[in-house]
Amino acid sequence: MGHEHKLEIFRGLVKFNSNIQKIWGVFIFLCLVTAVEVVLGIVKPEFLVHGRFLTMKYLNWIFIILTLVKAYYITWDFMHMRDEKTGLRRAVVWTFVFLICYLIAILLVEADYIFEIYKNNFIKFNF
Amino acid sequence: MEATVAKTGTEGKTWGGGTQPFNVSYGKMMMWFFILSDALTFSGFIASYGFSRFKFIDAWPIADEVFTHVPFLHGVPAPMYYVAFMTLVLIFSSVTMVLAVDAGHKMQQSKVAWYMFFTIIGGGIFVGSQAWEWATFIKGDYGAVETNGGRILQFLDTEGNRVALADFASPIPTDRVTHERKNGVWHYAEPTTRTTYDIAEVQKGFVANENLLIRTQYLDQDGHPIVLSREASIEKLMNDGKFVVEGANLRHNEYGHPLFADFFFFITGFHGFHVFSGVVINVIIFFNVIIGTYERRKSYEMVEKVGLYWHFVDLVWVFVFTFFYLV
Repeated sequence: MGHEHKLEIFRGLVKFNSNIQKIWGVFIFLCLVTAVEVVLGIVKPEFLVHGRFLTMKYLNWIFIILTLVKAYYITWDFMHMRDEKTGLRRAVVWTFVFLICYLIAILLVEADYIFEIYKNNFIKFNF
Repeated sequence: MEATVAKTGTEGKTWGGGTQPFNVSYGKMMMWFFILSDALTFSGFIASYGFSRFKFIDAWPIADEVFTHVPFLHGVPAPMYYVAFMTLVLIFSSVTMVLAVDAGHKMQQSKVAWYMFFTIIGGGIFVGSQAWEWATFIKGDYGAVETNGGRILQFLDTEGNRVALADFASPIPTDRVTHERKNGVWHYAEPTTRTTYDIAEVQKGFVANENLLIRTQYLDQDGHPIVLSREASIEKLMNDGKFVVEGANLRHNEYGHPLFADFFFFITGFHGFHVFSGVVINVIIFFNVIIGTYERRKSYEMVEKVGLYWHFVDLVWVFVFTFFYLV
């Protein structure tokens, strides 16, 4: 059984010579991302806490995007999703992504609505 | 026999049967679909955590005030460091796992065994750290008072630093008589856990110390919890204070809303159980590697499958880390 590995990450920007080298490269990248998250979590720079995009703090956007980046590299390189057939990749990833987008959107909007009712004690809009 | 076999005309076609359209074995594909369903389960948990958090956004604890402890560094506030260490341990054990898979592809038995061994050690360190984190959270540190409305009141000095109950509560000597069955028709057992101080002792100590204030769970315009004036603090504590809360359990949580503790125990517990079962499966595969099962089978695919599960556990932790500790 041949085990072909695609050795390029960052869309071909970095190409490794062997699979083992790629594993260590991805590990260093994941450590860097985690370090950035932890430092931002401890320092909490003022301008990132106060600025908001779509009602969410910049800092939280950064955390969530970095988390998705980490998840991508764990799945693609450690779990070898990069080497799997397109069909398997889509069957696993798309199923997940579509459901989660819907679930998160509906739950967070509804929860915020309940919070406002608790706070203001009257119903602002009704479906 | 051969004459009775009907030709379907799909022989050799990708989906005609007998082939592997996704180029993976049955076992590996099923592992992927198990992981997918497990990922949906965890997403359900984390999304419901998000629901409860948005519902009680003002009473939700601030993670860096909750998880500030590092083993052996008692009393040193160190938010995030320990959980960052746990994250790195888990990512590193993922690396040794994927190195084991790689060595398996090359049929290097002793290398696979060593890498599996390191993976198991990493998993053990993680589960142990998780247990310590739980114990610290259950024990609590400053203590708080819960109001009639279920809100938490925390204590600050005039500089805005947190003050522990033990630093100001003044003990009221009482002869506590244990109620026994023979003394009454209705016998209630003693509560199994009692707080160090009761509400009257905290109230007395609070009034006696001029420099104490109360922090509520209502937020001002900048999103900071509102700190009451001295008069308002006394009034709030006397009229509204119901009982003392120390640490966190499933019903009360000194750091904020009890649902935070519920979700913390449930989600990190469910994840910790995954890590534990992952370690158990890793140990089984480790011994199979040592006794040469996969050498005889001429394939280390089993290591690859358990590896997928192990990476998945790491993947879930990446999200738990973000949503419990960072955001």
